[in-house]
Amino acid sequence: MYKIAVVGDYDSIYGFATLGLEICPAGNREEIRNTLRRLAEEDYGIIYITEAAAAEVESDLEAFQERMLPAVIQIPGVSGNTGAGVQGVRRTVEQAVGSDILFGGVS
Amino acid sequence: MAAKQVNPTRMELTRLKKKRITAIRGHKLLKDKRDELMRQYLDLVRENMEVRKKVEAGIRSANRNFVIAKAGMSEAALNTAMLAPKQEITLEAGGKNVMSVDIPTFEYKTRTADENDIYSYGFAFTSSDLDGAVKSLADILPDMIRLAECEKACQLMAAEIEKTRRRVNALEHVIIPETEESIKYITMKLDENERSTQIRLMKVKDMMLEEAHHYSGKS
Repeated sequence: MYKIAVVGDYDSIYGFATLGLEICPAGNREEIRNTLRRLAEEDYGIIYITEAAAAEVESDLEAFQERMLPAVIQIPGVSGNTGAGVQGVRRTVEQAVGSDILFGGVS
Repeated sequence: MAAKQVNPTRMELTRLKKKRITAIRGHKLLKDKRDELMRQYLDLVRENMEVRKKVEAGIRSANRNFVIAKAGMSEAALNTAMLAPKQEITLEAGGKNVMSVDIPTFEYKTRTADENDIYSYGFAFTSSDLDGAVKSLADILPDMIRLAECEKACQLMAAEIEKTRRRVNALEHVIIPETEESIKYITMKLDENERSTQIRLMKVKDMMLEEAHHYSGKS
């Protein structure tokens, strides 16, 4: 039995509370990092994190890449889409294939 | 000359030959694994990209709705409306094994079956825009779960493909040529030894004949 958490600035994520996801508002880097660390130890299956927040703690996110759970997924925040999520998908293609053969032309 | 020093013995030769057979077999298997992983990965990553674009568009429009909703209400009223969520989501996580990569599968359950439970407020003091915003967010939730599943699987599979590819290359370009070179070196060395023994014996025979009968094989 797992839970789903959403991390990011309050304005971007408060809507998810109504759906029954757990929201963890975090503003600065320290807060985000601590929140992630706390969530990783508890029973969370998916952690959605806003792209803006993810950019702050990029190095911490890499540790989650190899783990099966939780899945840390970037979503766009209220301030707009930075393209970091799509960039992440491209990065996995690069890792697997050697170069981005699928989405190279599409931006 | 072999890259590393090997003992030119029959035992070593047998060992190396076995090693070569194992390496070639392993290489073939790993190559098959890599190809199959890659095939599945490419399908998955295409889906991943599609779902991601859909989710991002969905969240963008939901956020727009929320901003509009927020504009029409006081901050306090909005916070109050959001304060106590009625609905709760729990996640069942299973595992699926794709070519020895464990990828998670997610299934979510809402605490109550009533889909109107996402509105955690009375309708009297909130704007109708808020209802629309919450609804639009609820609509993309299944896609978000699917995205999590896809994206995690892609990450795990990419890591596995990278590892497998390295192994295939190491076997193909290092282990197998090295073993073959060692085998060649030992075979040569053993042949050389055999020839030198043969010559020595012939020489000894000549010397013994010479001694017994004053007979020289050369002339």
